[in-house]
Amino acid sequence: MTDSTPRYAVEMNGIFKSFAKVKALEDVDLKVRPGTIHALLGENGAGKSTLMKILYGLYNADKGEILINGKSVQIRNPRAAIDLGIGMVHQHFMLVDNFTIAENIVLGHEVTRGFGVLNQDLANKNIAELGHKYGLDVDPKALIQDVSVATQQRVEILKALYRGIDILILDEPTAVLTPQEITSLIDTMHRLVEDGKTIIIITHKLKEIKAVAEYCTVIRRGKLIDTVLVDEVSQSDLANMMVGREVKLTTDKGERSIGDLVLSVSNLHVRDRRGVLKVHDLSLHLREGEILAIAGVDGNGQTELIDAITGLAQAESGQILMRGTDITNKQPRDVHEAGIRTIHEDRQKRGLVLDFTVAEDLVLETYDQAPYSRRGVLKWPVIHEHAADQIKRFDIRPKESARQKVRDLSGGNQQKVIVAREIHQNPSLLIACQPTRGLDVGAIEFVRKALVEQSTEGKAILLVSLELDEVFDLADRINVIYNGKIVADLNPAETNEQQVGLLMAGGEL
Amino acid sequence: MTSRWINLLRKPLTAIIISVLTGFIIGAVVLTASGYDALEAYRIMFSGIAGSPKYMAQVVVNAVPIILTGLSVAFAFRTGLFNIGAEGQFVMGALTGTMIGYYLPLPPIIHPIVIFALAFLVGGLYGALAGYLKNKFGIHEVISTIMLNWIAFYFNNYIVNLPGVKVESTLHANPILDSAKINFFSTAWRRSDAGREFIREHEILGEIVKTDLGAGIFVAIIFAFLLWFVLRHTTTGFELRAVGLNRFAAEFSGVPVKKSIFLSMFIAGGVAAVGGAILVLSTTNTVSVLSAQEGYGWDGISVSLIANGNPLAVLFSGLLFAALRYGGMLIQSKTGAPTEIINIMIGSIVLAVAVAPALPRLADYLSQRRAR
Ligand SMILES: Nc1ncnc2c1ncn2[C@@H]1O[C@H](COP(=O)(O)OP(=O)(O)OP(=O)(O)O)[C@@H](O)[C@H]1O
Ligand SMILES: [Mg+2]
Repeated sequence: MTDSTPRYAVEMNGIFKSFAKVKALEDVDLKVRPGTIHALLGENGAGKSTLMKILYGLYNADKGEILINGKSVQIRNPRAAIDLGIGMVHQHFMLVDNFTIAENIVLGHEVTRGFGVLNQDLANKNIAELGHKYGLDVDPKALIQDVSVATQQRVEILKALYRGIDILILDEPTAVLTPQEITSLIDTMHRLVEDGKTIIIITHKLKEIKAVAEYCTVIRRGKLIDTVLVDEVSQSDLANMMVGREVKLTTDKGERSIGDLVLSVSNLHVRDRRGVLKVHDLSLHLREGEILAIAGVDGNGQTELIDAITGLAQAESGQILMRGTDITNKQPRDVHEAGIRTIHEDRQKRGLVLDFTVAEDLVLETYDQAPYSRRGVLKWPVIHEHAADQIKRFDIRPKESARQKVRDLSGGNQQKVIVAREIHQNPSLLIACQPTRGLDVGAIEFVRKALVEQSTEGKAILLVSLELDEVFDLADRINVIYNGKIVADLNPAETNEQQVGLLMAGGEL
Repeated sequence: MTSRWINLLRKPLTAIIISVLTGFIIGAVVLTASGYDALEAYRIMFSGIAGSPKYMAQVVVNAVPIILTGLSVAFAFRTGLFNIGAEGQFVMGALTGTMIGYYLPLPPIIHPIVIFALAFLVGGLYGALAGYLKNKFGIHEVISTIMLNWIAFYFNNYIVNLPGVKVESTLHANPILDSAKINFFSTAWRRSDAGREFIREHEILGEIVKTDLGAGIFVAIIFAFLLWFVLRHTTTGFELRAVGLNRFAAEFSGVPVKKSIFLSMFIAGGVAAVGGAILVLSTTNTVSVLSAQEGYGWDGISVSLIANGNPLAVLFSGLLFAALRYGGMLIQSKTGAPTEIINIMIGSIVLAVAVAPALPRLADYLSQRRAR
């Protein structure tokens, strides 16, 4: 480094930010060296996203100073951030569904042939080149609504790069990715840094921090704890720093006792929206007190399987029995009545009404039952009491959020609202899709324990997870899904991650 | 600025007040630019309305129909639907009111109640038609309700033109029976000796008696509270709001989404139609062959926007809207300035309300500058 290059690409000093009564950030500093990958770690609601939104100009800090490449700057809006070379990929994507990938990328920075006529060919070519350079290959002509989450994320990154940014903020980029996709993202990040870019990454996965980051800044409840050199600390050091106590990274399952058959799916066939057969002659069964994990690479029919069970998609043929009752092709309401509850993987689309208050979202499925209503009239005092209980039990933050819009909660706390609601209903069968997505290690520990408790009480749990760690930690039985079929029914004690990984990829043992 | 002042910017009521003021300022600019004395014009408007019980009563009378169309639009809006069809539903209600008011003789009090019920039903079904089209064929309610407005318009003209319906050599249908009217004071009474006596002896009340003031305003207040209650305190309202805010999550949690959309449009249509019936039962007493859309439904959109979709606030925004309109007429008759200026002012208020969500951001910006 020559003397003329500034010591830090980003320097945020003494940042304060409150929302109404919530103090999201109090006197936080962040110093990021150019050309490094810098991780930001903290519990759900610690203020990570808020700090990054301030850097990206989405929020204005109440107090504090920002220096970019050594120069003091005002970042009033994202446009200003982009002009300073800062780009951000959000926790929840912000793409236009019925635009093509190319259109989304150039939106606001269109290349024209003069007179405002879009030069689509040139744009497509630029995007393809850019993608190739960093391992972010996409088809510029595909519509966003037709591509996977991982691709959407690539589009978000490309969108930032297309605007010529040097500092890239990634807010929980790996929460929605499969292990394979994470590997490829890490590769992309390394290429970007080699190219002189600076990356700030928020993640709850300590393994990833160890794998990519050089420095890690830890914040807890809006306050700075420390910035450390990642090589000098262990994963459990990091966990302790962020939570402030010992965290157990594995779950104690105790005695298991498996009972009667709860769910049985036989010869199920399901097509996706575009008519492609995604579930192909699939059969599985699940008993009381059992945790069955479906392991598979994303896109192998998990979504369609769950949609068919929960009443969102039509089964073409086959049968779904819940305690002997046929629930094939029933409405979501009938599925509920059969005793099934679901933690849906798409929390913002299917799981929550973001503009409802926390109290309202907590009774989204029970508002018409006692004690929350009587003869069609809601009992608000009861609903709020219930909210207070759940907020306490599941440590939803901030504590006084019952009347707050769910939209204003941090991503992890939104997830806790869904988990709280579904577990509270004590269903005979709980379908948990990525139940710990976006949660901090402390919350993950709690949710996994809650799932195990449910099963110990005799409830059946169908776990769909992309993370093998989670699968092995929780499952009594593992079913590997590949190409719409269950290709193996395994006992976790008699197999290992390598074998399961191989089966997931379509291999044979 | 102190932070208390800055925090005021974050309150919804502040947004409304600032928007209204903005509208007045723009109105003043336009008045001045066209060579009128803006202050004088506003003085005429305010003292005109505030100084006269008759004018005030007239404002209330004028406000009632647009409060109901405003409620209709607001209710649909709160459940995620854009009811541009209040205009047509209103026409259907007015037509129903006239027909039942003339052809179905019933005792007083019962008669208007039956009319309101039937108008609600007819308008409700007319609104629900848009809900049905959305559910069944995915036609957006904005498109279908605009078309339905025209269908109602021509249907009205068709019915009014039928022989036996229209009063010969006029452009209107047979007026309703007296038993259907909801005015507090009938024209006949006003012209009777007792009526004349009363007007002479009571200065203020006498003035009010000269207007069409009737039970309509109570109907409007009842509906405003009813709709607020439904939205806020019933399980049905919970479902409707859930569907409006995120139909995918609502569907997944077991809410019957299509039924909700249908029901919401039914209620919205019914409320707008009651507005039409009130207009007939208290003011026009009949319906005419229309040459252009009357605009009650369109005004309802503005009224509901100013109230930010809140049924209780619609009561006030409806009165404000009617007062501005009426004041505009006063300005015109006294100064000669065109009423269009008032319409520009109202338009500016609505626009200012639309940009009001930017105020909290302004507050952020100000508190940040202060911190520096
Ligand atoms: N727009 C907002 N209005 C009100 N409160 C907010 C808003 N945005 C964030 N908060 C609050 O600020 C705090 C910090 O939230 P933030 O989203 O930064 O957390 P986070 O560290 O990113 O958490 P997570 O890991 O769950 O994503 C939380 O208490 C949250 O409820
Ligand atoms: Mg976050």
